Amino acid sequence: MFHRFNALLLAAAAALLPLAAAAQETLPPAATPPAEDTVSQEGGLNVTVTDESEWQDLGIAIPAFATNQEQPTPANAQGTTALGQALAEVVFSDLQNNGLFRPVGPASLPRPTYQQITAPAYDQWRGRSTEMLVHGYVRAGADNKLTVGCYLYDVQLGQQLVREGWVVEPAEWRRAAHKCADMVYARLSGESPFFDSKIAFIAESGPKDNRVKRLAIMDSDGANLRFITNGQTMALTPRYSPDYSKVVYLSYLNGYPRIFVYDVGTGRQTLVTQSQNTTFAPRWSPDGRYILYSMATAGNTDIYRVPATGGESIKLTDSPGLDVGGSYSPDGSQIVFESDRSGSQQVYVMNADGSNQRRISFFGGRAATPEWSPRGDQIAFTHIAGDLRVAVMSPSGQGMRHLTNGWQDEAPTWAPNGRIVQFFRTERGSGDTTIWQVDLTGTNERKLNTPVNASDPAWGPVLP
Amino acid sequence: MQKFALALAAVSAIALGACSKKAPEELPPPPQSTTPTPPPPPSAAGVVPGTQAHFLQAMRGQDTIYFDTDQYNVDSQDQAALQAQAQYLSQYAQARATVEGHADERGTRDYNLALGERRANAAKNYLVSLGIPAARISTVSYGKERPKATGSTEAAWAQNRRAVTVVIN
Repeated sequence: MFHRFNALLLAAAAALLPLAAAAQETLPPAATPPAEDTVSQEGGLNVTVTDESEWQDLGIAIPAFATNQEQPTPANAQGTTALGQALAEVVFSDLQNNGLFRPVGPASLPRPTYQQITAPAYDQWRGRSTEMLVHGYVRAGADNKLTVGCYLYDVQLGQQLVREGWVVEPAEWRRAAHKCADMVYARLSGESPFFDSKIAFIAESGPKDNRVKRLAIMDSDGANLRFITNGQTMALTPRYSPDYSKVVYLSYLNGYPRIFVYDVGTGRQTLVTQSQNTTFAPRWSPDGRYILYSMATAGNTDIYRVPATGGESIKLTDSPGLDVGGSYSPDGSQIVFESDRSGSQQVYVMNADGSNQRRISFFGGRAATPEWSPRGDQIAFTHIAGDLRVAVMSPSGQGMRHLTNGWQDEAPTWAPNGRIVQFFRTERGSGDTTIWQVDLTGTNERKLNTPVNASDPAWGPVLP
Repeated sequence: MQKFALALAAVSAIALGACSKKAPEELPPPPQSTTPTPPPPPSAAGVVPGTQAHFLQAMRGQDTIYFDTDQYNVDSQDQAALQAQAQYLSQYAQARATVEGHADERGTRDYNLALGERRANAAKNYLVSLGIPAARISTVSYGKERPKATGSTEAAWAQNRRAVTVVIN
């Protein structure tokens, strides 16, 4: 159970001021210049900043969340005081490395009192050159449920910008922290939230020539990892259904690659098609009613669409080449896919019924694994020109930009807000795989810490 | 029914050649669909003819054919290997085979599954053209998921772009 409330009962907090979108303009960028720019130049202006580095000047202090009363909670072994520290750590971790903020975490900050959560010691924070301040509290109820409040303050203005609160089961305490990070991120960036979301992926272990590949799920920050399959049969290329109730993926159950839909709630799984042919590369439609898949018949691969509950498949492509994958535009009207019908892998767009197929990638090298942004404005894909790199382009194939520069980076998946791309990176030689994310500037890369090797990430939507 | 009789005849011939074993005095149990023939006795080397182990021994490396990057055409060297495979499969008519298609690691996962299937199918088609019934040969693609050589070099990738024929009983 996850319950949000807007009217916080903690003290008589000042009424929320209608600051609207004024926060960005009021930020004083001179307060804390980045370390590399601190040398004062004699010649006056020496502007080399890009638009995102200006954002990175935005210092956000995230001290430990306070608690009204130290008490034990099933959420951890130490009680609510330690949980307040852990909540702030999660918020801090979320807000790092996205190119927008320069957060400072609870480990290096004084701990506010419970009363200060609604009445911050502004002067103290100004003395630390803090521009934005996140305060929060956690209370454990008699029913073990946790009440978590989250406040964002503009220290320079001495004003509250936004606040929210949630009642969560103890096991879901991290979700409250992600909701808090989402609130801060959305309020300060103007973008949609994305931290409170989950990822389906493939957990890998064992030697390179006999890797164990298991279907697994985890939170967007890599926490709460749960293995779904036991590794006896190889699992590949999962995709979360839009409502998180199911995962569609490829399994070698009984020795042949076929597509299964796994029901997260019941643990049951069903075959998508009964075909004897190789079926792979499954993808959901945005409304979750259909699944796209690729089927190889006598060496030729085409893309098909089938109702998610089973039924008759409709063939969408009919070229002698390998037509693979497929990702719907957010409105469901178009599909971007890859095909080697021209002689090498390239990206094509077609209408959802298969009509009007046209190539959009014309920039040299090969282009594979296209994924349409949830915002509709970009297509992420794998560009293969020697190395494999994650890149983006417009839906018409314009403005191609590389986001990564690894030896082998592939299979991008979009954050729910379309501002961050996750992908997996394979290390040369060892074959070790890790999941990374990068923002659309390509400058802010971040590795997800998973206990085992991980590949094929598939990011789901923001949880309700 | 006729297929079963042929298979049995072939096996008896081998069995007789191997150690001149007589047919059992008791009537054998009625054949079941899952166990069409009793396993032949071991050969001199201890390897049962018509099995994967025997096939591997007989092929001397010709159980595998190799491909160029992104290619799936069967060249003259591949043809020689497939001819040897076809000869074996003709001799042991009870044996079925799976052709496993593979790709090197320098490609994306989904495409390599399609490419592996295409390679396996190319090998299968050639075997069929040599007279092996299509129904006896299945294909499976492992894409880039089962490399034979684990390095990240051109030489390793060349070994991994392959189609491997595996005999199943």
